[in-house]
Amino acid sequence: MPFAYRGDIAHADVAFDAWAPTLEELFQEAGRATMQVMVENLSEVRPAQTLEVKLEEENEEMLLFDFLNELIFYKDARRLLLLPTEVSVAPEDGGFVLRARLSGEEIDVVRHQMNTDVKAVTMLRYKLEQVAKGWRATVVLDV
Amino acid sequence: MNVPAALKRISDTIWELPVSYKTGMLVPARIVASEKLINEMDAGVFEQVSNVATLPGIQRYAFCMPDGHWGYGFPIGGVAAMDPGSGVISPGGIGFDINCGMRLVLTTLTAEEVQPKLHQLVDRLFARIPTGVGCQGFVKLKQDDFRTVVQQGSRWCLKNGFATEQDLEMTEEGGCFAGADPSHISEKAIERGYHQLGTLGSGNHYCEIQVVRPENIMDRKLADAFGLTAVPNQVVIMFHCGSRGFGHQVATDYLKLFLPVMERKYGIKIVDRELACAPFHSPEGQAYFSAMKCAVNMAFANRQVILHRIREVFSDVFHASPDELGLRMVYDVAHNTAKLERHAVHGTQKEFLVHRKGSTRAWPPGGEGLPECYEKTGQPVIIGGSMETGSYLLAGMSSGADAFFTTAHGSGRTMSRHEAKKSFRGDKLQRDMEQRGIYVRTDSFGGLAEEAGPAYKNIDEVVAATELAGLSKRVARLVPIGNIKG
Repeated sequence: MPFAYRGDIAHADVAFDAWAPTLEELFQEAGRATMQVMVENLSEVRPAQTLEVKLEEENEEMLLFDFLNELIFYKDARRLLLLPTEVSVAPEDGGFVLRARLSGEEIDVVRHQMNTDVKAVTMLRYKLEQVAKGWRATVVLDV
Repeated sequence: MNVPAALKRISDTIWELPVSYKTGMLVPARIVASEKLINEMDAGVFEQVSNVATLPGIQRYAFCMPDGHWGYGFPIGGVAAMDPGSGVISPGGIGFDINCGMRLVLTTLTAEEVQPKLHQLVDRLFARIPTGVGCQGFVKLKQDDFRTVVQQGSRWCLKNGFATEQDLEMTEEGGCFAGADPSHISEKAIERGYHQLGTLGSGNHYCEIQVVRPENIMDRKLADAFGLTAVPNQVVIMFHCGSRGFGHQVATDYLKLFLPVMERKYGIKIVDRELACAPFHSPEGQAYFSAMKCAVNMAFANRQVILHRIREVFSDVFHASPDELGLRMVYDVAHNTAKLERHAVHGTQKEFLVHRKGSTRAWPPGGEGLPECYEKTGQPVIIGGSMETGSYLLAGMSSGADAFFTTAHGSGRTMSRHEAKKSFRGDKLQRDMEQRGIYVRTDSFGGLAEEAGPAYKNIDEVVAATELAGLSKRVARLVPIGNIKG
């Protein structure tokens, strides 16, 4: 399983671990884990709209932080449930640049089984690290 | 049991971790709790409250209230007063949901009058007050108008027909923190929040119809003064929400701004990145304080606009005006803020920057800025329990000075959301609650399961501990009969 929720930290919030063989896949899994907190049936989110995002940060860890916050932002600003379909991360100008394609649609409370709103990505126990078989992240979301 | 061996019992309700407990602690950490509650505290509370005690400029003690539980940065239930001259301001001491708070509204209806129309009333409230993930409000604003809202808070509501003078008087700080400058707000925060005015949100946010049963009145005199004894089995309305996506974005923006400057520019080393902070008087600290006030004002306006909707719904359902139904506010109080306040130290008044994260200001009788009607009673304190159990109205006490006149804010979680969702089923819970006389409407059965009563501490024990510790006196227990939640 590429991500798993944890019940052992931050009881009022939602914690998850995500892992993947590549950094790009890790970003996709962490994105799905974040969105699944809000929507139970992610498979019902249709790719009706596509958005391109570009983010810059000094390291990969803060890039993931920004990326997850971007998904949360669109949920409020445009009522969009977005999932990453393509992600690339590359070093550039001494930092890192993420380019991602996000696909999804507006919240439809009839079709989408809504869960709990995610307010923010917290820095509690926040970690992105390279491990023997790829990449691993621990994220606590404020809900 | 997670209690560290170093924890000392100071009294029946005060427990202390000395400065020797952790390297860098500047003051002791104190936890307010009964013996039972302290034994049940999760490990995160001890870790986090002692981390807070390391923040520059912290005065007296780092506190955690009896509803305390594992948060991010500060524990939920945390209180830290900083010397504004030498101390820091930390978004982690306020929370992402800036000015999340409680509002209690009276009616002169009895439970017997409401009961036959309860389903209609709750259904109508559910239809009229937007709830759930990504919900948008009914007040349509341009982004520039929203900038005015965040500067003026409830005053904007008064000018635009969503409030009465008395509503503002019964709101902490009159529903507006002075000094909110929208130039410190990102476009992203505006874009995220400008269409969310008048929305409840999700998670533990709710609007509840409650009953004041005569046997649940603990202090008759205070209950009279707070308007809870107008009729027997009086119906009241309690709701809980905050600054929505706007406040969440403000907190995220400044967490990100503080992280790189904290150590590089100001030489502040912290034990947890979620305690990111900046000197209060630095440009970054002042910018955050001002931006935080914008979010505080958004939350006051949000609760005010929701009250306007509640009045409309009650009027429709009971065919009477809000005045005829006695729809009058008891109080509105924040539980996620930082404020400059004056407190006595060895007989002289000194200014402190008081962070309260999941803890409530509880001004004593005579407290500065209280409405005239509460000068002798102390400030009404609204503590929301789980949707299955009940909530409390309390009053601030003169003996609360040590804790900067602060008390608990809720019952406090004991079970993770993940575990609660595995243990309970939302649809079954809704049916069970209805059999017990509580009619609940929700957008999300998953969300409902996470809020099941057993996921929380016993509210009766929590409020009893605050009273025993001299922080807030119990006035009445309020029992739910209807609830809408996100």
